[in-house]
Amino acid sequence: MTNSIREIPSSAGFLVIGSNTTENHPVMGSMIKNAVINNGKKLIVVDPREIELSRYADYYFQIKPGTNIAILNGFMHVLIKEGLYDKTFVETRTEGLQELAKALEKYTPEYVAGICGLDNPEDIRKAARLMAELKPMALYYSMGITQFVSGVNGVKSTANLQMLLGNMGVPGGGVNPLRGQNNVQGACDMGALPVSYPAYQPVANEENKAKFEKAWGVNGLSVKPGLTIVEMFNAAIGGQLKAVYAMGENPVMSDPNQHHIIEALKSLEFLVVQDIFLTETAQYADVVLPSCAFLEKQGTASNTERRVQPMHKVLPPWGDARDDWWIISQIANRMGAKWDYKKSEDIFEEIRKVTPSYAGITYERIEKELIQWPCPTTDHPGTQYLHKDRFSRGLGLFTAIDYTPPAEGTDDEYPMILTTGRILEHFHTGTMSRNSRILDELVPEGFVQINPNDASNYNIADNEVISVSSRRGSIRIKAKITDKPKPNVVFIPFHFYEAAANVLTNDALDPACKIPEYKVCSCRIEKIA
Amino acid sequence: MEEITLLIDGREVKGKQGQTIIEVARENGINIPSLCYHPSVSKTGACRICLVRVNNRMLRPACVEPAINGMTVVTEDEDIVSMRKWILELLLSDGDHNCLYCDADGDCELQSLVKRYGVQEPRKDEPKRDRTVDNESSRGIKRNEYRCILCQRCVKACREIQVSNVWGFSERGFETRLIADDDQKIGESNCVLCGQCVQLCPTGALTYQTVLGRGANWELTKESSICIYCGVGCKIDFYKNREGMLVKSLGNYEGPNNGHLCVKGRFGFDFVQSPKRLSKPLIKRNGAFEEATWDEALNLVADKFAGIKAKNGPDSIAALSSAKCTNEENYLMQKFMRAVIGTNNVDHCARL
Ligand code: SF4
Ligand code: SF4
Ligand code: SF4
Ligand code: FES
Repeated sequence: MTNSIREIPSSAGFLVIGSNTTENHPVMGSMIKNAVINNGKKLIVVDPREIELSRYADYYFQIKPGTNIAILNGFMHVLIKEGLYDKTFVETRTEGLQELAKALEKYTPEYVAGICGLDNPEDIRKAARLMAELKPMALYYSMGITQFVSGVNGVKSTANLQMLLGNMGVPGGGVNPLRGQNNVQGACDMGALPVSYPAYQPVANEENKAKFEKAWGVNGLSVKPGLTIVEMFNAAIGGQLKAVYAMGENPVMSDPNQHHIIEALKSLEFLVVQDIFLTETAQYADVVLPSCAFLEKQGTASNTERRVQPMHKVLPPWGDARDDWWIISQIANRMGAKWDYKKSEDIFEEIRKVTPSYAGITYERIEKELIQWPCPTTDHPGTQYLHKDRFSRGLGLFTAIDYTPPAEGTDDEYPMILTTGRILEHFHTGTMSRNSRILDELVPEGFVQINPNDASNYNIADNEVISVSSRRGSIRIKAKITDKPKPNVVFIPFHFYEAAANVLTNDALDPACKIPEYKVCSCRIEKIA
Repeated sequence: MEEITLLIDGREVKGKQGQTIIEVARENGINIPSLCYHPSVSKTGACRICLVRVNNRMLRPACVEPAINGMTVVTEDEDIVSMRKWILELLLSDGDHNCLYCDADGDCELQSLVKRYGVQEPRKDEPKRDRTVDNESSRGIKRNEYRCILCQRCVKACREIQVSNVWGFSERGFETRLIADDDQKIGESNCVLCGQCVQLCPTGALTYQTVLGRGANWELTKESSICIYCGVGCKIDFYKNREGMLVKSLGNYEGPNNGHLCVKGRFGFDFVQSPKRLSKPLIKRNGAFEEATWDEALNLVADKFAGIKAKNGPDSIAALSSAKCTNEENYLMQKFMRAVIGTNNVDHCARL
């Protein structure tokens, strides 16, 4: 997030797009509800499914899955056509408006409504006018923006809109991605990415190579960017990749196109899985290493607003389980490294040396202070919101972006759109939440949400077990009839191995950041009996 | 904000314009009893247990009375004590407070005031009315209305923090009752089980399903950590009993969550102590897993990685790091892949 959670009360309004906040980030969802319901703040929601927040929205756009960019362009078209954008901000802080305006020319509300499947183009105008009045408006998004082949462009579009509205670099504004797991932010910051060292320092750069060789006391660091998760599995099937070391990940459940992943795991020569349970992925491992669960660990995690927080050891390790860092060090040292970390803080001290944005953060400070990176020195208070007087590149750059349709279109054989996501009671692959008694009892099994229209067309009853198929596979699953999805769209939460949504999903990748297109693929529903 | 000075119990203390007496007092370590007041919700001013003497004259409720520069406050004198006793007796006689059967025993604001003011047996003359006891309908929450003191903290927790508006008061004749939605069972209401009303309830009227049989409140110890379930990063106080078993989790007020949690943060942690947890390294031999020692397992992994690297080059090995692991562990995983294996093949599921 460019901005902070505690700024929610200072926003005049919110645009929530592709985020079912009250289920996936419930505590923030409640803060937004409090602002809107109890304090009269404005709310605009864009989501293919009716979600709780859409009930309180001043404008709600139930778009076709995969058409975010079109509607964002539509809003911007109106802002420019009607001269409602923040001219001072655009003049002094940005460049590239002309190219953007040109690209937006054709995105009239009528054209956009056609793409997004909306009945009332006038609402796009009205919502854009409302946005222009909201000083400042905060934009929140989540996987509903990123999990498309056009994901990176979706993110850029949100930035375009917020710059146009002058909502960057002010408290209560900003472009705010909500991270789905507790330390996605930190994993990225720490360089658990194929293209960058800690603090996003590119690996394909000789200076960075030299810097890290010196810091780590090694030679010959690779300048060749590595493989992303989905590419790894393709390379496994292709025979180039021989071994995988998976720490706390369960790709059989979490990754798209499950059959393909299993084939990949089976083609590996050697698979190590380090986890707290014998997960679906661990079944295919040659060696399984038991690790400590988060409550058995000391360390730090960085939340969605870049706040670095301490985690304490609440419980002793389970059985013979060990800290993940200990296990990695042991393997490293058996391969000739001379690492001598005695506790997690030793590692954090090293992180501070090579990660400029974390340099001023210490274990001692985060026990008493709220610190958000960048925090370059120990007397720096941290950064509540980014881009205050300038963007990292100086002027903010508008990027002209065209709407492109999802990779997989519907046809006679697969006439419906499948979209996937999470529900309030469960998390990700279910490894944790489905092993928690109360959560498991609350929602014990998977389901597919189907609109009443479709249900009657296919003669499907509520709770009937039906079959859902895509070009990649087929599952049996209970139907829940609800008007939350539009006709022709079905939704499946992906937490349940017995009815795994990712048997069906598409592994087509966004060309720039390689996110698979989970949020939309085409499918077919059928009665079984 | 402008600084103000008050004289509380003869001590000169500083506060800020706009604060109430109770806020100034607590910031200065002076404890004024309260029941309906809770710092994370709006003020109610209903129970009057917080009455203090202002400027040597009137009795005012400290939780709503603005602190004013130069004010003199006495937090306890003979009149106040007897007033508080009287209020407590009334509360006791109106309900049914048998602490022996109550999950809040030892962690109850009413109980500790009753002890502090030496209140004896409640008066028996008040007729007891029929109230709701519902230990079953909800997976997460139990309620016993006989212990409800109508303080409204739950109503406000649900309205102002969770914003699901489940709790409300209904008036029937002389009786004010606490009801969920339009008088539904809590498990059948719109409750989303965030558990915030329970966290704020000062008595045992609302309690968690997870605590019974897991030790007395005074045996529990707590330690804070960060929720594993999403990027909000709620700070949680985890309570465990003498046997080391997790009992409950409460939202910590210093985290980004201001004390709030959702159903996952509240009730989603017993997986850590699930018997299905892996407890020994496993090595697959002839298609089946066998338990191994750490040395065996680690040597095998190191040998295999070294062999594959020597034969096929570093880029034939890849690692999946984890957004559920700490910064330190993610850092070490990428360092391992880059500095020891020699490849940039490291990723995690940020994209997924
Ligand atoms: S648990 Fe949460 S949602 Fe349910 S009644 Fe209490 S405050 Fe409201
Ligand atoms: S249930 Fe608890 S919080 Fe709610 S009014 Fe009664 S005593 Fe107060
Ligand atoms: S308690 Fe709920 S909202 Fe808070 S971090 Fe955990 S999952 Fe997210
Ligand atoms: S605490 Fe002040 S009136 Fe209840």
